[in-house]
Amino acid sequence: MSSVDARTSGAQGVGVEKPRVAFWNDPEKRGYIFQAVLFAAVIYFFWAAFDNARDNLVKQKIASGFGFWNNTAGFDIGQRLIPYETTSTYGQAFWVGLTNTLLVAVVGIVLATFLGFIIGVARLSKNWLVQKLATIYVEAIRNTPLLLQLLFWYNAVLKALPEVKESVAIPGGSFLNTRGLFVPEPVFAANFSWVLYTLLAGLVGYVSYGRWARLKQEKTGEQSPVLKVGFGLVILFPLAVYFLAGQPLSFNYPDLGRFNIRGGVQVYPEFVALVVGLTIYTAAFIAEAVRAGIQAVSKGQTEAAYALGLRPGPTLDLVVIPQAMRVIIPPLTSNYLNLTKNSSLAVAIGYPDLVQVFTGTVLNQTGQAVEVVVITMAVYLTISLTTSMFMNWYNARKALIER
Amino acid sequence: MDENLAPGALAGQMAPTGALQHAYVQNEPAVSLPPPASMVGVIGWLRANLLSSPGNIALTIIAALIAFWLIPGFIKFLITDAVWSGADREACITKNGITPGACWAFVRDRYSFFIYGFYPFDQRWRVDLFFVLGALGVTWMLWLGAPRRDIGLFYFIIALPLVSYGLLSGNNPFGFVSFAPQWLKATACLLVFLFAYLMNQSDDSKGALGFMTLFGFIISGVLLAENAWSLLKLSPVETSKWGGLMVTLVVAGVGIVASLPLGILLALGRRSKLPVVKFFSVMFIEFVRGVPLITVLFMANTMLPLFMPDGWHVDKLLRALVGIYMAEVVRAGLQALPKGQYEGAMAVGLGYWQMMRLIILPQALKVTIPNIVNTYIGLFKDTSLLLIVGIFDFLKAIETARIDPQWAAPTTSPTGYAFAAIVYFIFCYGMASYARATERRLSVADKR
Repeated sequence: MSSVDARTSGAQGVGVEKPRVAFWNDPEKRGYIFQAVLFAAVIYFFWAAFDNARDNLVKQKIASGFGFWNNTAGFDIGQRLIPYETTSTYGQAFWVGLTNTLLVAVVGIVLATFLGFIIGVARLSKNWLVQKLATIYVEAIRNTPLLLQLLFWYNAVLKALPEVKESVAIPGGSFLNTRGLFVPEPVFAANFSWVLYTLLAGLVGYVSYGRWARLKQEKTGEQSPVLKVGFGLVILFPLAVYFLAGQPLSFNYPDLGRFNIRGGVQVYPEFVALVVGLTIYTAAFIAEAVRAGIQAVSKGQTEAAYALGLRPGPTLDLVVIPQAMRVIIPPLTSNYLNLTKNSSLAVAIGYPDLVQVFTGTVLNQTGQAVEVVVITMAVYLTISLTTSMFMNWYNARKALIER
Repeated sequence: MDENLAPGALAGQMAPTGALQHAYVQNEPAVSLPPPASMVGVIGWLRANLLSSPGNIALTIIAALIAFWLIPGFIKFLITDAVWSGADREACITKNGITPGACWAFVRDRYSFFIYGFYPFDQRWRVDLFFVLGALGVTWMLWLGAPRRDIGLFYFIIALPLVSYGLLSGNNPFGFVSFAPQWLKATACLLVFLFAYLMNQSDDSKGALGFMTLFGFIISGVLLAENAWSLLKLSPVETSKWGGLMVTLVVAGVGIVASLPLGILLALGRRSKLPVVKFFSVMFIEFVRGVPLITVLFMANTMLPLFMPDGWHVDKLLRALVGIYMAEVVRAGLQALPKGQYEGAMAVGLGYWQMMRLIILPQALKVTIPNIVNTYIGLFKDTSLLLIVGIFDFLKAIETARIDPQWAAPTTSPTGYAFAAIVYFIFCYGMASYARATERRLSVADKR
């Protein structure tokens, strides 16, 4: 850069040296000064905040540090996936909250993906009625706040359900009432583990067969019946073992009594409301991502595939979907992340997720705002940074290699 | 293409006119027959769009079932079975085993509460005026063919926030100059006239004198505005009394006006070549993007007072604003422009800020307008989260009113939520439609 400058200015007789400029006009030096000032300002900002916080904490007699982690919590949590009692510590409460958050996120992600793909394809349907219904769904859901939808599901739908003795019976042995959803509880006999092992073995076999088939196709052009073999390995094989082992899975059905329901698993109404709300909301956004992804594959691709003699099925499998997925996956992941972050709205309807338990109850009891908020944020940051690292890796792998 | 062909190549297709004068050759094209009745009109449309194949027919039937299940239910609940007037819950409770539809009487009764919250009754004209001024500013900005949009920008970014703050809070928005005694203000005004006179004489409008004059005009303008405002004698209204739709609009408005400048700076910082600038920008952006908004709000609510020096009090609404602002500012990202634009600007000899101001930002912002509007939709929806940290926004007003025993009826809650949904939908859908229309305009301009 500078040598070019020197040569062009040299033609005007200034000489080969770099032109002398005042240091405030030299972009390089100016950059250093600017960065030093910014650095000092940011450091001062953090230092001042830290200093004030230390003074204020001493003045308000609030303890600092993470010593509260092992203190007795003294409050109960309704829904828990791991053992927890009133006498447990704040640390254990944290883990209960975190597992509840992850549970809601995983269930929501699975359901929202299903619903989102269906709606997304429906938005592109040639059927006028289907397309209009899907459009109304997407527009109505995307243009109202999630919190409003959650409050609606919880307060206007689930709270308005009938009392226990008038429970709504759902086909398949489940009951729905104001205390939540009661579903049959699966009871696993000892030799159910054999079914799991065969399922695992089948999956491994399916993946390795798929890899072998791809290599073979790349080498010889011959296709193998991957789907059929996969169906046999992953579904038929474990099913056969299930029957051979004497059907080691039974269900404990909920039993509707006069005032109570015995047996089964109780799914709390807060959980139901949160999952329903998050699923319906996120599905609308996933549907838009799917629609955009499919539309991003130009029509010429389909036409070229037809011209090569591919039938509509293989065209979709081999040409359209691989290209659409490349476009769909990044927004899909960010929607998964959004769903996980949005699950923190649980605090508004009282579902004991990380934010409700930790940033809510624990913060109120201990008063240690800084530590509690920092831990909570660190958890969410870890989740989202891990996901985006994975996404960067995935994008780099799948990136179109252009000329 | 055609010019390259030899004249004889197309001879077979191009029969010379006039050569075919035989009686059995038709010289005029036959009149085209009307299309079959099954291909046009209502039947044709139905066949093409709903009944083109067995699978499509099945889809149509399923969709029609869903539609017939949902739509009459909605219409019955919202319109035909709804209660439109009444004084209290008596109008909406279940009578003779029949539960009426939506209780619009409840919404009509609490309408002003939803809009103003606890704002004093006799002062509500100030909120109305704020709505009118805001609508004026928004129209001025969004209507691309409006006259003097530069004045509109000044009005929207500077005048409107100051006046709105003064109107709603009742404080003097220029109160920061009230420490100056009257004689100092008078002297300052006189000096301005002196500078203006000197500038007029010397014809130097760009130099130091011109700058001093501009500066002086701003100062004297502020001083005059301060005096004029204090004549209005508005009674102060604390932010704890603000509520309802007004708070939602204030928060969304502040977020929208204030987040764009810093958002642009952050977006530029992210692409900067200076490592320290880039590092801080990326850190801030990734941090705020990675955590839920509600934790940022909790942080602003509980940690901000701790970080302040002793004796500083931060208003609760202001804390929430800081939180929303922090979280939303990073969303107004910029889209990348082709590298040739940067190189072209540098080749003409523009410096960094000149390049940004004259070449990059105008184009990048234009491309980004639909995106920005979409983030504003997100911001508007996110303001509802304020109810969790105890700010009395629109949704909180609905939540408070719907559990009021005076209106305790089976359909009160659904009605309240339906009303909230309609209001949010109108705002968000309006913004989305504007974004879509702008996108279409811009794509037309970019077509060659």
